[in-house]
Amino acid sequence: MSKRFVRLGETRRPEVQLYIDGEPAVALQGDTLLVALLQHSNRLRTSEFGDAERAGFCLMGACQDCWVRTEEGARLRACSTTVAENMRIVTTQLEISWPQQQ
Amino acid sequence: MAAAAVEPRVVVVGAGPAGSRCVEALVKAGIRPLVIDESARSGGQIYRRQPDNFTRSAEQLYGSEAAKATRLHKSFDGLQGRFDYWPESLIWNLAGNRIFVVRGAQQCSVEFSSLVICSGATDRLLPVPGWNYSGCYSLGGAQIALKAQACAIGAEVVFMGTGPLLYLVAAQYAKAGARVAGVLDTSPFYRRVAALPDLLANPRALYHGLGLTASLYLKGVPVYSGVEPLAIEGDAAAGVSAVRFRDGRGREKQLHCDAVAMGYHLRPETQLADLARCQFDFDASTRQWLPRIDRDGRSTVADIYLAGDGARIRGADAAEASGELAALALLADRGQAVDSQRVARLQQQLGQLERFARGLAKAFPWPHQLAAQLADATVLCRCEVVTVGEMRSTIALTGASEANRAKAFSRVGMGRCQGRYCANAGAEVIAAATDGDICSAGRLRAQAPVKPLPLALVEVAPEDWLEVSAEGVDPVLKPAEAGL
Repeated sequence: MSKRFVRLGETRRPEVQLYIDGEPAVALQGDTLLVALLQHSNRLRTSEFGDAERAGFCLMGACQDCWVRTEEGARLRACSTTVAENMRIVTTQLEISWPQQQ
Repeated sequence: MAAAAVEPRVVVVGAGPAGSRCVEALVKAGIRPLVIDESARSGGQIYRRQPDNFTRSAEQLYGSEAAKATRLHKSFDGLQGRFDYWPESLIWNLAGNRIFVVRGAQQCSVEFSSLVICSGATDRLLPVPGWNYSGCYSLGGAQIALKAQACAIGAEVVFMGTGPLLYLVAAQYAKAGARVAGVLDTSPFYRRVAALPDLLANPRALYHGLGLTASLYLKGVPVYSGVEPLAIEGDAAAGVSAVRFRDGRGREKQLHCDAVAMGYHLRPETQLADLARCQFDFDASTRQWLPRIDRDGRSTVADIYLAGDGARIRGADAAEASGELAALALLADRGQAVDSQRVARLQQQLGQLERFARGLAKAFPWPHQLAAQLADATVLCRCEVVTVGEMRSTIALTGASEANRAKAFSRVGMGRCQGRYCANAGAEVIAAATDGDICSAGRLRAQAPVKPLPLALVEVAPEDWLEVSAEGVDPVLKPAEAGL
């Protein structure tokens, strides 16, 4: 899957290893989890209302659009979480979906 | 729990320009305030800092405002140890003179003797078909990606909306080497000309604003004024692929892109003022409800002061002035002597910046008629995908003509963002569907928790956090570990 965010600088930082849906991935120290995930994918989660994939919106902790989960099930707000070594993140929909009727 | 052991404190909410200057003035007057901020580092959104291991200069980050940003950061850092500081902490409720604070997986409550709320603002959004696709971000969000993370939100970005931030962020992107596919402003150019007399109240900001626009033209970025947004094209899986709009002459156009940054100026974050039962008034020039304050920042509730963009959208310079002014008002109300010349100067400065802000509201008006005319199929609530048509049929079916009643039936305002990104347009839809009076559509009342909380919280005594913050050591859990 193509990445969404484009790095424009600050690329000489030590690497951090994380796992996204079980797959190993590399981020940079100081990345938010949102940036780390959107370097590898164009999405963070699937809307529980079935309308679209979501990739965050406000990046300042106000919209709550960027929630992902750890493999243990803890909820993280990706925009305000700093990536850490060996984080194991799940971006698949865990809750029940209730898509709107078209 | 053991909260009673801590004396009621002077508490400052927020460490942006308003909060930082407020803290400075309080500390100078011999008070040791408790500063509670959601961010890990001071600066707020406008002067947000990059992580420690980033190397860009202040000039690269803040452009013409680099000196101001640096001064503000230095002032706050230089006072460390003279105030108690709880970063990464959210006040999620307020009742009487008690605030409830969550940090990571811990929560505690503290009594305040005075409270200065400098809660800042978020982008005001106008729904457009497709704004729920991935790749759509708020303007503020696009700026944070660049400023705090050195990233562009996409390989080819369209900026759409109105207001000074539209041109600022687009210009910052272009300067940083991002590809800006276009800038689409819903405000026609003549509005800016008509607003010139008021805009001249802050010639420096006007000059910098014109410079930003010029830099976009020089880089060959297409800039359109007086546009009508039609749709963000794309699909559910891949996200945004283009923006469709009508230009100022009524011609339909399309710009290809993989990201859109949107914002129609700002709206204040007033939840805490609301929970404190501050009185609000409708402001006709911005079509928003604002907490009532006197010219020094006193709210209608004793011991509660409001400053910065969380009270009035007046910009960063005014935030600094109003933060200091609120601190001086607080000191005067406690019977401490304050420098009356300083107060007069700040009031005068604030008056001038208010005139400039009025000019900006005229130059870049909220396009409320576009909100009122949104097509039925447009998603109004992007959290829970409720359309404008569903809101209209709810109003027709139930007769709900007030925002809170309409919310109860439609869930618009009840999703993850708690109305932050749909309330302004929602009120316009309600007004248009009823008697047309935006004032009688009212405003969504704030409810605790003002942001979602983790389910498992451990109650701690405020002393636990105060002791650690007095030593200047970063205490307890990071939200990352705690699952906030």
